[in-house]
Amino acid sequence: MSSAAINVGEIIGSSPVSIRRRLANLMATLAAGSAVLLVLAPLGAILAYLLYKGFGSLNWAFLTQTPKPVGEAGGGMANAIAGSAFILLIASAMGVPVGIGAGIYLAEYGRNRFGNLVRFTSDVLNGVPSIIIGIVAYGLVVLTQKHFSALAGGVALAIMMIPTIARTTEEMLLLVPVTVREAAYGLGVSKWRTTLSITLRTATSGVITGVMLAFARVAGETAPLLFTAFGNQYWNWKANQPTAALPLQIFTYAISPFDEWHRQAWAGALILIILIMAAVSAVRIAAGRGMLRGAN
Amino acid sequence: MANQALGAPRLTGPQPVHKPELTVTAQEQALPLVRPGLSHIADRVFFYAMLGCGVVVLALVGLIVYELITKSSLSWHAFGWKFFFQSEWDPVNDQYGALPFVYGTIVSSILALVIAVPLAIGVAVFITEMSPRWLRGALAFTTELLAAIPSVIYGLWAIFVLVPLLRLYVEPFLSRTLGWTGLFEGTPYGIGMLAAGVILAIMVVPIVSSITREVMTAVPQQQREAVLALGATRWEMIRTGVLRNARAGILGAVILGLGRALGETMAVTMVIGNRPEIARSLFAPGYTMASVIANEFSEATGNLYLSALVEVGLALFLVTIIVNALAQVLVWSVTRGMPARSNV
Repeated sequence: MSSAAINVGEIIGSSPVSIRRRLANLMATLAAGSAVLLVLAPLGAILAYLLYKGFGSLNWAFLTQTPKPVGEAGGGMANAIAGSAFILLIASAMGVPVGIGAGIYLAEYGRNRFGNLVRFTSDVLNGVPSIIIGIVAYGLVVLTQKHFSALAGGVALAIMMIPTIARTTEEMLLLVPVTVREAAYGLGVSKWRTTLSITLRTATSGVITGVMLAFARVAGETAPLLFTAFGNQYWNWKANQPTAALPLQIFTYAISPFDEWHRQAWAGALILIILIMAAVSAVRIAAGRGMLRGAN
Repeated sequence: MANQALGAPRLTGPQPVHKPELTVTAQEQALPLVRPGLSHIADRVFFYAMLGCGVVVLALVGLIVYELITKSSLSWHAFGWKFFFQSEWDPVNDQYGALPFVYGTIVSSILALVIAVPLAIGVAVFITEMSPRWLRGALAFTTELLAAIPSVIYGLWAIFVLVPLLRLYVEPFLSRTLGWTGLFEGTPYGIGMLAAGVILAIMVVPIVSSITREVMTAVPQQQREAVLALGATRWEMIRTGVLRNARAGILGAVILGLGRALGETMAVTMVIGNRPEIARSLFAPGYTMASVIANEFSEATGNLYLSALVEVGLALFLVTIIVNALAQVLVWSVTRGMPARSNV
């Protein structure tokens, strides 16, 4: 209470809205406003540069060809785009069910000490730097398989998806009113059926939004792929072989000394951000219109 | 009398009639959904399946700890605590000391916070307290958008836009005006600790500002009204009524930003210069814990080399976990605990 008393003293102590206080008010407003401008400036600059440089270097070959050797003009990132999709598919196949399952556990059965432990651990997992996840996926998959692979990249990204999906699923399931569940129980529906067909279905759009956020987060991840998927100059559709990925390719090209590669890095970055934004907004629109609720 | 009344309330009007046949029809009608014998087993199976998913989360963290500890034991036995206090990183002679990386990580993160925190709090204050209502949503969305841009794209932008900007304008200016501090001297390469700090700051702002916003929104409206009723200006209201009440949570937001900055890999790797040196000047190239792993892990030949890199990872892991846990506790103390420290 003492801090509140001090506040009162400070305010009453000064004369009614003096020039000094008005000035302080004005300065604070200006400072906060300019902070907003300063923060938005890099965002604007990044997006502007992406569009400007990206569209300037984007062409049909970029989307359909594999990289050319150093020195040769042309070539593209088609294999990296496909590789990213492949790795993300593997990651989603593992991460989404487990994440949603963990979310269901937390929301429906997790009101106890073990639930709190899982909740805490998933927050811990969420904060682990992505490069560390890469080390673990390397130890788990690459060392046992004896070579870099799409699967290893997928495992790394799946580990990163799980905590995000689990916590958003939990949040969304808890938003479903208890009365809805009780209505189902009252009709004699069993708990598992209620959870899957009533609770989860009511929360579908929220859960899908969470999944997409996790997806968008890992789609641009580079660090955990460096020594798991590793990258590849050619097409690859085998889960146990090194695979190109768009973020990896952008990284390699960005730090290279060749102008041609720099231009391709910008084009790749533009494609990456378009894919992320498109995935997120498409699903948001679909979920918002309730189109995804039809499926059982 | 009272007992009698409690035991059998005398109801007036029509009484409910017992109808045993009703349950039978209900069961028949609901047959597709309800199978008494199976549903009990199915419920158990479902419970264990979901429990299994929860256990996976626990197991993953356990696995991370296990992997990091076992894979780094070689280096731990070879160097012990000295590992973190030696500055020689020499893969050729198998000598590994992580001090330059620890230094680089700490300095770049602190630099990022010094730049980002005032901006982030300014943004949060503007959005929650000052902005007109129609602008609020758009501003919040746009700052969140900054968080959705992948790290590698920040790095790309930093290499081709930020670094030349620093080299040509900012660094010469800093060395002219603040060169005497020793923090801004030497050749302005552009690439170096300063560039890493600036790009980290840009990446950390959205996190700090969105959590600060959350915390400030959690401050009860009455606090604002009470201060305004005393004749305070808007800034005085924000300072005494909002910021002071939310300070624990804001500190939490800052620490959460620190956690993000410590573990950030790609953008930093692309602009920090990647040289394991400890220099006083912020213009000099440096190296961070995350970027040494990113750069050298896939090329590490020799078990000790790999083990040393994993030990760097283990240290990074432990530090980020502690930092994040601390931040969580601080944020919770404001958003879901009692009114923040009203008795202090």
